[in-house]
Amino acid sequence: MSDQGIPAPEGESDIIDTDYNIGQDNIEGRVGPFGFDIHNPVFLVSGLAVVAFVVYAFLFPTQAANFFSGVNAAEVEGCEPGAFCDVGLRAYLTSTFDWFFLSAANIFVIFCLALIVLPIGSVRLGGKDATPDYGYPGWFAMLFAAGMGIGLMFFGVLEPAYYFGTPWGDEPLGAIRPFAEDGTLIPENVDEARRMALAATSYHWALHPWAIYAVVALALALFSYNKGLPLSIRSAFYPILGDRIWGWWGHVIDILAVFATLFGLATSLGIGAQQANAGLGFVYGLPVSTTVQVILICLITAIALVSVLRGLDGGVKILSEINMVVAVVLLLFVLFAAGALRILGDFGSTLGAYVQEIIPLSNPFGRSDDGYREGWTAFYWAWWISWSPFVGMFIARVSRGRTVREFVTCVLIIPSLVCVFWMTTFGGTAIADMIANPETSAVKANVIDSYAPELSLFAMLQGLPLTAITSTIGIILVIVFFVTSSDSGSLVIDTITAGGKVDAPVPQRVFWCTFEGAVAIVLLIGGGLASLQAMVISTGLPFTIILLLMCWAILKGLLSEPR
Amino acid sequence: MYTHIMAPVDLGHAGRLDRALKVAADLAKLYGADITYVGVTGNEPSSVAHTPAEFTQKLEAFAETQAAGTGVPAKARAITAHDPAVDLDGILARAVDEIDADLVVMGTHLPGRMDWPSHGGKLASHSKASVFLVRS
Repeated sequence: MSDQGIPAPEGESDIIDTDYNIGQDNIEGRVGPFGFDIHNPVFLVSGLAVVAFVVYAFLFPTQAANFFSGVNAAEVEGCEPGAFCDVGLRAYLTSTFDWFFLSAANIFVIFCLALIVLPIGSVRLGGKDATPDYGYPGWFAMLFAAGMGIGLMFFGVLEPAYYFGTPWGDEPLGAIRPFAEDGTLIPENVDEARRMALAATSYHWALHPWAIYAVVALALALFSYNKGLPLSIRSAFYPILGDRIWGWWGHVIDILAVFATLFGLATSLGIGAQQANAGLGFVYGLPVSTTVQVILICLITAIALVSVLRGLDGGVKILSEINMVVAVVLLLFVLFAAGALRILGDFGSTLGAYVQEIIPLSNPFGRSDDGYREGWTAFYWAWWISWSPFVGMFIARVSRGRTVREFVTCVLIIPSLVCVFWMTTFGGTAIADMIANPETSAVKANVIDSYAPELSLFAMLQGLPLTAITSTIGIILVIVFFVTSSDSGSLVIDTITAGGKVDAPVPQRVFWCTFEGAVAIVLLIGGGLASLQAMVISTGLPFTIILLLMCWAILKGLLSEPR
Repeated sequence: MYTHIMAPVDLGHAGRLDRALKVAADLAKLYGADITYVGVTGNEPSSVAHTPAEFTQKLEAFAETQAAGTGVPAKARAITAHDPAVDLDGILARAVDEIDADLVVMGTHLPGRMDWPSHGGKLASHSKASVFLVRS
């Protein structure tokens, strides 16, 4: 419509004037009754690359596993079972570049905190007069549901319990062990081990991951809503690459984002189906089999399809809100069943421990706790960063109308507090169980004595009343959190592969949602879930560089905005 | 017979609207009706406009151009949606009530978001106004 000669609006934001029209590289057409409107070449290249990697993992499962996730640690000479001595690509990256991941994550946190206090924090996303698209409840629900909910379910019990009792040498900052060789408790070590376990877990779930998401989300929101560039990862690089972002520089960035998002979702879906199956087996004695897992993937994909067809407001938001209510119910149940007063007190001391230990824990140099720093922290940072294009873009999509200061506070501080509270409640309860019954604790049996991480949540719930009901709620939550990741992920992939268009034909999101389920099923049956997930996490390294550049782009973009 | 015609337009495919626009203008002249051109956009930059405000400007200019060409009094109504691809049906149905239109004239089977699922068909089954679908 540029031929109508109408100037862009003036005043309320600093629109970047480019000759590029959104959708100019797109191909439009129809397949049967379905219209499509896709970016050339991002759609085709990322789709074909996904198929190529699936075929590779399917045809050469052992080679793929060795290359990406490393050989079985038990087969490495001199490697204790469970110790961190894998030699695959992911392990190589997290052990070689651990300092880089840790340093970068620290920069993201400092950058975000600075935005809260600097004057540029008053810039409003969407222009000076924009009003928020979503109220706080719906917004928070979507923040959690997209990128973190499923992790809270899986790691809420596992991680604190693991750090507390680990006999494998990966204690955070070399903390003292609460259990003697024979499994009996060493009372004088208990308090310090518990304190460090909760602080070290909080470190992985509070400021740092949310700062990673906030950087990506802020970059995309700023360059899309305020600068008028398409809602796509490449747009954040306009200050650095200029008009080159419309060419292959931009294509590569977008393709990498689609690739990481699709495989991240598909492999998590496959592994999540195995976990849900394990939970169903633990609670109801359902057989653990590929058939059950494929049915679970189909079920999750089917609900996600309904959700994407109903759209952002009618599907994704409603499911996220339902999810949030159920999660809060479970949280409150554990809180009161396990002793609200004790947990509230623990929350205060965990926060204190977190603040006290955050500097030693985030120090990238001169540490000797390799197992924790490389195997957990660097792994987590690479993981959050590889998910950040997806979660960040989704957060950007729902955050228009807030000031940068409000945005960063709400994406950084409040979710961090919620995560610390969640970890204190679930992890603290699990640790209390391990301390009270070191001999019979189901948590200790499934996390320390034999490592069955997918059962840790259910083992903790077993120690509380109404186990059958709460475990069922737990399984439902796991499934619905997967649905909310799957539907928001499909929206994000569709937008990127449509060149930043959010109004591309609906059948395209149906395609991506179904494709993701299909990839998960193929990998589940043919093998390759773990190796391709390791590959996704490896994309964390290039994305770390991308995110660091984004910080600079954000700064430059904010400085030219009217305040 | 009709006093107010609503003409939903997809500015991203304005070149393919000709038949529907002509039908709307001819009917308006026949019955002495006004036309409101309704456009739906997301908050995100699109192929039409960088911002919702720019979209509104363009739609208003579009309506003025149409009015000048056809001689039929015309207004523009730009509506912003969170998820335009999906929300379109509900928005169009509400717009009919809001602007109190008694006839809707729209093209069918445009590529893009005016395509499957058939928005015109849904509107016809949910709206109290008459709906004229123009095959293009």
